[in-house]
Parts: sequence; C-alpha cells; structure tokens
Amino acid sequence: MTTTPLIGLEVHVELKTKSKMFCSCSADHFGKSPNTQTCPVCLGLPGALPVPNQAAIDSCIKIGLALNCSVNHLSKFDRKQYFYPDLAKGYQISQYDQPFCENGFITLDSGKKIGIERVHQEEDTGKLQHTTIKGEKVSLVDYNRSGVPLVEIVSKPDLSSSDEAKEYLKKIHEIIKALGVSNADMEKGEMRLEPTVNVHIEDEKGSHYTPLVEVKNINSFNFAQQAIDYEIKRQIDDFISSGIEKSNTNKTTRGYDSIKKVTFLQRTKEEAKDYRYFPEPDIPPFVIDDIYVENLKNSLPELPDQVVANLVGLGVEIKFAKIIAKDGSMLKAVLELRDDREIDIPKLASLLANKKISVGKNLKADYQSLNKKGNTNEEELTKIVEAIIEANPGVVAEFKKGKTNVQGFFVGQAMKQTAGSADPQTLSKIVSKLLNQ
Amino acid sequence: MKPLHTLTITEVHAGLKNGDFTCEELVSHFLKRIERLNPKLNIFLSLNENALQEAKKVDEQIKKQGITLPLQGIPFAIKDNFLTKGMITTASSNILKGFMPQYESSVTHKLLEAGAIILGKTNMDSFAHGSSTETSDFGPTLNPWDEGRLPGGSSGGSAAAIAAQLATAAIGSETAGSIRQPAAWCGITGLKPTYGRVSRYGVVAMGSSLDSPGPMTRNLEDAAIILSVISGKDVRDATTSPKPVENYIDNLGKKDLTGFKIALVKEYLLDSMDQRVKDLIVSAAKKFRELGATVEEVSLLDPKYSIGVYTVIQRSEVSSNLARYDGIRFGHTRDHFNEENKRRIMLGTYTLSAGYYDAYYKKAQAVRTIIIDQFAKIFEDYDAVIGPVSPGPAQKVGATKDQPMFGEMEDILVEPSSIAGLTSAGVPCGFVDNLPIGLQITGSQFSEGRIITIADCYQRNTNFQLFPNLD
Repeated sequence: MTTTPLIGLEVHVELKTKSKMFCSCSADHFGKSPNTQTCPVCLGLPGALPVPNQAAIDSCIKIGLALNCSVNHLSKFDRKQYFYPDLAKGYQISQYDQPFCENGFITLDSGKKIGIERVHQEEDTGKLQHTTIKGEKVSLVDYNRSGVPLVEIVSKPDLSSSDEAKEYLKKIHEIIKALGVSNADMEKGEMRLEPTVNVHIEDEKGSHYTPLVEVKNINSFNFAQQAIDYEIKRQIDDFISSGIEKSNTNKTTRGYDSIKKVTFLQRTKEEAKDYRYFPEPDIPPFVIDDIYVENLKNSLPELPDQVVANLVGLGVEIKFAKIIAKDGSMLKAVLELRDDREIDIPKLASLLANKKISVGKNLKADYQSLNKKGNTNEEELTKIVEAIIEANPGVVAEFKKGKTNVQGFFVGQAMKQTAGSADPQTLSKIVSKLLNQ
Repeated sequence: MKPLHTLTITEVHAGLKNGDFTCEELVSHFLKRIERLNPKLNIFLSLNENALQEAKKVDEQIKKQGITLPLQGIPFAIKDNFLTKGMITTASSNILKGFMPQYESSVTHKLLEAGAIILGKTNMDSFAHGSSTETSDFGPTLNPWDEGRLPGGSSGGSAAAIAAQLATAAIGSETAGSIRQPAAWCGITGLKPTYGRVSRYGVVAMGSSLDSPGPMTRNLEDAAIILSVISGKDVRDATTSPKPVENYIDNLGKKDLTGFKIALVKEYLLDSMDQRVKDLIVSAAKKFRELGATVEEVSLLDPKYSIGVYTVIQRSEVSSNLARYDGIRFGHTRDHFNEENKRRIMLGTYTLSAGYYDAYYKKAQAVRTIIIDQFAKIFEDYDAVIGPVSPGPAQKVGATKDQPMFGEMEDILVEPSSIAGLTSAGVPCGFVDNLPIGLQITGSQFSEGRIITIADCYQRNTNFQLFPNLD
C-alpha cells in the first residue's frame, strides 16, 4: 500500500491598512477597548452602506502579484451569507467567482511548484466574548474587528507532506512581511491557517481517496504541521478500518486541540452551510486596467526568494543567504559592502549568519581582524605537520581505515603548536597532502 | 391669501420673504391640520417634537439674512425608511419599533442642510414590501380621495401627506413603483430618479440594486427644486454616480415641446386594462402632440417578463438585507417580521440557494440585461416613453388580502423602467370614477433634466393636479 497526502492551504491575512475594509474606522483593533472603533457601516446598522478601501485592494493585488497570480480585469464583491452572532450584517462581503487574483504559484526550495488558486479580498467578523457578569453566563460581541480587511490565499492541493506545508506557509509569511502589507503576527491572529487534507491510497484493490477534512483556524506553523500529520495518520487508519472514500457529500470540518495534539470533528457536510453567494449590489464591479496593475508590479519590493538568489549569485552559501535575507540589517550590510575589494562577501555572510560578527559601525574592522591571514609559509608548516604525524601513528592508522575526519585533529594540533599563527587553510592543504601520500 | 397648506415651495418662499406669514405659523398650521386629519388617515407614524422650534430659528435667520437656502423653512414629510438622527425610524416594521437612529441618512442630511424642516415620518408598507401601505405593521394609510381606498405604496404615507396637504413636500423611495404608483393613486407628482443619482445611505435597504429615493410633491417645479438638493455623488454610497448634478430648475417652464420625440408603448396599454385609463393615456399623447412633440407608438418586451425578473432580484436582495435583524440587536426578535416580510425572505432565500441560483437569480439578471438594452435602443430615437403608471385607480382597503403578488400586478407597468434603473416622472393625467390616474414619463439614465422639462410642460398645460377637499 502506498499513501500520498494531498494538502491544500487557506491562509487568511489581516491587512494593516489605516482604516477598515468598507468604512473609515481604524483597522488597528488589537487590544482596544471593546466597541470603541465602530460606526454604522461595521455595526451593520439599517441603511449603512459599504465603500471599498482602495489601499486594501492595492495590498490584495500586490500579494497576488507576489504569488505570481494573474489579476482579473473584471472583479467584484459578493455576499457570503450565514448566521453567526459576530457577523453584523448577516453576511460577509467576500469574493466568489471573480476574485482579484487567480492562478499563481510558489516555488519550494526543492523546485516544486505549489499552485495558488486564488487571492481574494474580504472582511473580518466581530469577536465573541463568553464571560460571566454578576454570576450570569453571557456572550458579548465586540465589533472592533468587524470589517477589518482580510486577504484569503487559497493554494491548490499540491502539497504532499507537512514539511512542504510548513515551508509553503513560511514562504507566504516572508512574502507578506516583505510586502509590508500586514504584520502577519500569528499570535495576534493576523495570519490564520486552514489546511485541507486527504490521502491518496493505492493498494491491491486500486486507487482510493480518503474524505476531505478541513482543519479550521490554526495560528502557528508548528500546529499546522502537527495537525496535518495527525490527520494523515488518522485518515489512513480510518480508511483501513472503514474503507470509506471521498464523496461529494462527506467533507468534514475539524478543529485542532494543540494541547492534546489531536483534531476533533466540528461539522459534517450535511450540516454545512449553503452560503447563497450573490453579487454585492452595494458595490459596483471593478474594471482593472493594465496600467494600474503594472504600477503595482513596479512598486513591489524584491521578494525573499529573489533576495536569496541574489546573495547566492554573490557566492554566498544558500543556508547563510536564507538567514541574511530574513534580517534587514544584515542584508543591508552585506549589500553595502558587496563592491568592497577588501571584503570576501561569502566569508562575511558566513560570519554574520553564524553570529561571529555583528552589524554595526565596526563591521568592516571586525571582519578584517577576524580574517587576518596567518602564516602561509608552506615549508615551515610542513615541518610542523610532519612531526605531528610521526608522533601519532594510531591516528594515522585510523585515517588509512577511512576515518577522514581525523584530518581536523592534525590541523588543530598544528594550530596549537603555532599558537594560532598558522593559516588554517594552508594547514589543511598540507595535512591532506601528507596523509594521502 | 391662499391657505398655507396649498402653497408650493416657491409660493412658501415668496410668502416668507414678503412677511405674509412666518415659518412658525406655517409649521403650526400643518401641525394642526395633521392633528385633525392624521387620526383618520394614518399618514404620519411619528412627529418631530422640535419642528416649531426649528421654524422659529428659520424665522430668525430670514429676519437677519433673508432666504439663503433652497429649502429654507419648507415643511417635509419623510418616509419612515429614511434614518433620522434622534427621530424614531421603523420602516413600518415591528422589528424596528422604537429604533432610534444614531446617524442621519444622506438625503435627510442634505434636506436639513438646505434648511428643510421635518414635520414627521410617514407610513409605508413594512420594509417597503408592498404597493398598498396595507402591509404596514402600524395599520394602513387611507387614500385622501376616498377613505375606503388605499393610497398605494410603498411610499403611501408620503403620497397621502401631499394629497391631504399635510406637508409642503415629501420624500419617498422607489424600488419599483413605490414613488410613482402611490403618487398616481393619490393624484400627486412623483419623481423617480435614475438609480445612483440620489444616495441610498441611511435608507433601510429593500432591493439594493434598485432603490432610488426621490421627491413626492405638489408639482414638477417642487420636485425639480428638491432633486437639485438631494442628487449627487455621496462618498458613503459607492453606487452613486459622479456625473455632475444639473440645476433642474433650469429645465422648468419651457413653452412647448417642439423637437421632442415621445414614444407611446403599445404593450403598456394592457388588454385587461380599464378602457377609460387607456383613453386618458391616449389623450395625454394627443396633448404632447399639441405641445409640439412627435409621438409615435413603439413596441417593447411584454411587461409581464419584468414581473418575474423584478420578483427574483428584489426578493433575493431582501432576504440578504433583512438578515441583520437577527434578534441580537434592535430590541426585537425575528417573530416580529410580518407575513409579507417572511414570504419575501423565504422566496429570496430559495432563489439564491445552491442549485437554484442559476435557474433564478442568474437568469433574472440575464433578462434584466435584455430589458436594459431594449430601453437603450428606444432612447436612441426618443426622449421619453409614456404609459400609464398603474392599470387602474386606487384599489379598495383590503384588496391585498390573500394576494401575495398584489404589488407585482399593480406595478407591472413601472417595473421595467425600475429594473433598467431609469428616471421617470409620474404626473396626474385625469380621473376615473373621481379617482386620479397617473401618467409615467420615463427617460434614459441621468436624463432627469429632459424628463422634468417634458413633465413640467405637460403639467403646466393641463389641469389634473388637484387636491381633495378635506374641510
């Protein structure tokens, strides 16, 4: 039996625009006193009308462009209708069949492309608070978050392991941060993750797919990974015992309990909502022209993958390039010194990435003192190494048996004897030559 | 001097300017008249307690600076679906009983900025769901021409307020017919603006892609004055048009209609219609010819198709717009919706449901496009199309009972133009059994100026704008 997980991800990102999606209330709601940032529009009062926030739409399309999506020339908002006490209007303004952006991709480090189905704009809901007042259990609604702009990024089910899922999520996170459109602080709920998981199973009876499961509202990469791993195992076990395969009616929604590290059933398809989408009549459709899209494209900063590629192009090792690309000050320092002939950029990058040296006024001086070339006199050093080899026949024997890492022993001894004045690179060249004679 | 309740806006301003009367006297006069007639006719749901004080302020302003604002001191009746800050707004629904708005609708805000005085809020079909004012949760309004009859709706209270002369001017809103039809049944003037010409912000939503607030008045001149004030782009309503607002007053007073081309729609003279109504429309066509216009018969899609399109789109939007009255806020639970509200929510929910959306909503939108295109074609050749507003005069009280499609049948002739988002004036064109009959004069989107010219010229050259004697 072979099993291949099929994982898709829905990611919600809260934009950090000044105002909310459809009104002029402040969108900065975290930790604010309840219901202090509301107006007729985000409270859903009778007669109030939504007016779209252009800055939010710009951000949404920037995200789409950064994820290699095409931008739809015709787009519109739709009403997604469901009942929940934190949903002021009884519907959420979202996008259904004409999202702003579609058909993008993200490339994982392995080179595998993960398809992005769509990037669309919507609004957040209010927040419920279940509490006790004067001995009475009550549920309170805080509408400060109601109407805060959200962008939803939906991947294709192209991910086939929780590791890939985590890498994908990290890349999205880095891109969002690089674009500056959201703080994407997971702890504040500014980025929420919803994996959809099922498993393709091949056995002697043929090809099977386990029922789809959507895991709701996860707020950390690790939890997402754990939830996916748990689901993959659970679904395979479930299939083995029940033989139930995916159908049009058996998709379920589950939650993730990060303490027990299990997913648990929330809703089955029979109870699933019919959202009764229809075009939002209060907002005219959008005609998006090429010049606008081109301008947004030109305004995009260099994205993390490109930055890494540029560093690798300068000779930096990829693992160091990734660390530096994520750190604005390191990146700036490296790029500033790239044309300095006295500095070896790959070496500088390695020192920075390994925290052997830190960004600051003395960076160049520190670098130079660390990289002062030692004694490179081969004749002199060869004598020292020969003496050490002679004195350690046991270690030499180990080398001959194939333990090549004992080379470091000889280099270390030679450094000791020269009180660190020898150039290590020259030394290891000599050690290697002598041992292999 | 003419009685104060019989004056138009221009006449009120002239009187105030001359010192013939004060604004306080004018408002007081209306309040007394309301006190006398409202218990019988049930036109106003609530009155503005500060109206007299506001009138006194206007008198002071006029004393100091004269009349400086287009609607200064003009007493208005406002349909109860316009949110008025500090004045209870219910949309004639028990679910909003006692609801005190925290903000002002854009239309009433503009009226107040222009100096208007709100006398009170008028009765309507609950949530504007009807064409009779009989579905109001606070009892029907009676027709001032015949108390055994309905005023039409949904803006029945505002229409009756003008017919009974309980305010100088009124504001209504039309989704399909809700200005023109009650105007016709009450024998007054109603002007439905192009969709997007007047802001919907702060109007309790019915059919969001159709709702058009507009004036209901004693004549076209008053309507033009008011429309000039309330029209225009509103940053709070994304569907308002940025097209510049004309000063519609300039469109008034044309001597004749030479050069204008008017189309009489054959299909609007229904087989089932009272012959006397048809005759009045034909006479109106004759009048237009006398005034120099060219009048030709044209053919449009049978208006019966509009009923289906309108019903599906409007009910769908209604089911969504009423979702916010979920019992959590506004003080009343969902069982306060009335039968008609519930019927519309059910039908709209059905037409938007998975599996039915394509068959109903999408198809309705497709036919809507056909209707829009047909009108667009007609307006390449004609300035206006004319026809009756309603198949007959005001119906008797109780007529809506057991007739869920009452409104749609009564509004068959105004639904096509509403679906297409057009502008249309409704003006009286005669009487049948001593009850007023309305003529609709419909133009392309944003042709309010031209429609006002045509309707105003017709009105000045006819004598159908009459008022019942209630003394």
